[in-house]
Amino acid sequence: MAYTLPPLPYAYNALEPYISEEIMTLHHDKHHRAYVNGLNAAEASLAGAQDIKDKIRLQAALKFNGGGHINHSLFWKNLTPANSPASKLGPCPLKEAIERDFGSLDALISEMNSTTAAIRGSGWGWLGCNTHTKKLEVVTTPNQDPLLTHVVIIGIDIWEHAYYIDYKNVRPDYLKAIWNIINFEEANNRYVAA
Amino acid sequence: MLPIVRPIVRALTRPATRAFAGMRLEHTLPPLPYAYDALEPYISKEIMTLHHDGHHQAYVTGLNAAESSYAATDDIRERIRLQSALKFNGGGHINHSLFWPGLCPASSSSAKLAPGPLKEAIEREFGSLEALQKEMNAKTAALQGSGWGWLGVNTSTKKLEIVTTANQDPLLTHVPIIGIDIWEHAFYLDYKNVKAKYLAAIWNVINFEEAAKRHEAAI
Repeated sequence: MAYTLPPLPYAYNALEPYISEEIMTLHHDKHHRAYVNGLNAAEASLAGAQDIKDKIRLQAALKFNGGGHINHSLFWKNLTPANSPASKLGPCPLKEAIERDFGSLDALISEMNSTTAAIRGSGWGWLGCNTHTKKLEVVTTPNQDPLLTHVVIIGIDIWEHAYYIDYKNVRPDYLKAIWNIINFEEANNRYVAA
Repeated sequence: MLPIVRPIVRALTRPATRAFAGMRLEHTLPPLPYAYDALEPYISKEIMTLHHDGHHQAYVTGLNAAESSYAATDDIRERIRLQSALKFNGGGHINHSLFWPGLCPASSSSAKLAPGPLKEAIEREFGSLEALQKEMNAKTAALQGSGWGWLGVNTSTKKLEIVTTANQDPLLTHVPIIGIDIWEHAFYLDYKNVKAKYLAAIWNVINFEEAAKRHEAAI
């Protein structure tokens, strides 16, 4: 099966001033596309693999590119223009769960931002629904590792390519800004499905 | 190799530290050995300023904080909990302290690989400098995440080898001869996602004289 790059659900400049058109263009058209191409190549190699040793050798490429494709596909959808109603957390099951598990949206934002900023290298910060307890938890994954232990509710890319052009080394400014464009409607849909 | 050379080379490459009377040694940010714009057009002044004054400074600050916390506790669980901060910030300080003197202005004579033991070793083990660059660039570009590409001397065999480390892990298995930072902050403002262009460009500013000194001390 050939994977394809999903189009952005909004214009490249739609997330300004929080994330620039320049970053969105590079991030989607170059970085995400490279993961799609890499995944297709790795799967083609896997299909032609002669033995288990070859298949194991390919695992890193599958995880990296497959994870990159999964993570970015989720990311574009959990962002939305700041002036869209979806960017506000209205009364809904997700809001109740956030208040139950964190106290308030502000408390969640504070915890998620400090946990995500503290990642030592590249990776992702996630709000996830624990598949056993059904509780909301903040977790992280390194590099392009997909989140496997929880259902993804909200993902934040903390690879430097996600923010450096706009925010340079000041991760906290990016993390503060991104909450203006989080798609809470999509997040709630994911929560309800989980 | 003259016995006097090794301690001098070690002292020059050891991260800068500062002692206050009655206090533990505190790490400090070593100054760049050249102006912030000296590596242009290959690495911009903007990157050098952010990279040295922002990123490297943060590792120094983080390392001092981690060491301070470590010294303040004798609880082994707490010390183990601090290991990650020590490795990340300590590694970041080590790696960047090697990186800055490992670069030099393109117009400097140090930017050329002069005849000598390092050149001979490169030609013997890779065929040519171009072959080394090609292999090192491919391996460094292939790193999946943040990290460093290294030309190092294998401490057992004394041979030159290309290795990588993840995130800010320091190179422990080899003596570092040349290090290339492949964290996105090292190149993104200048080269965007095109790692290959950065890796091709950086060889114009590699300090081969420094590399040769490290190599001589290592073999």
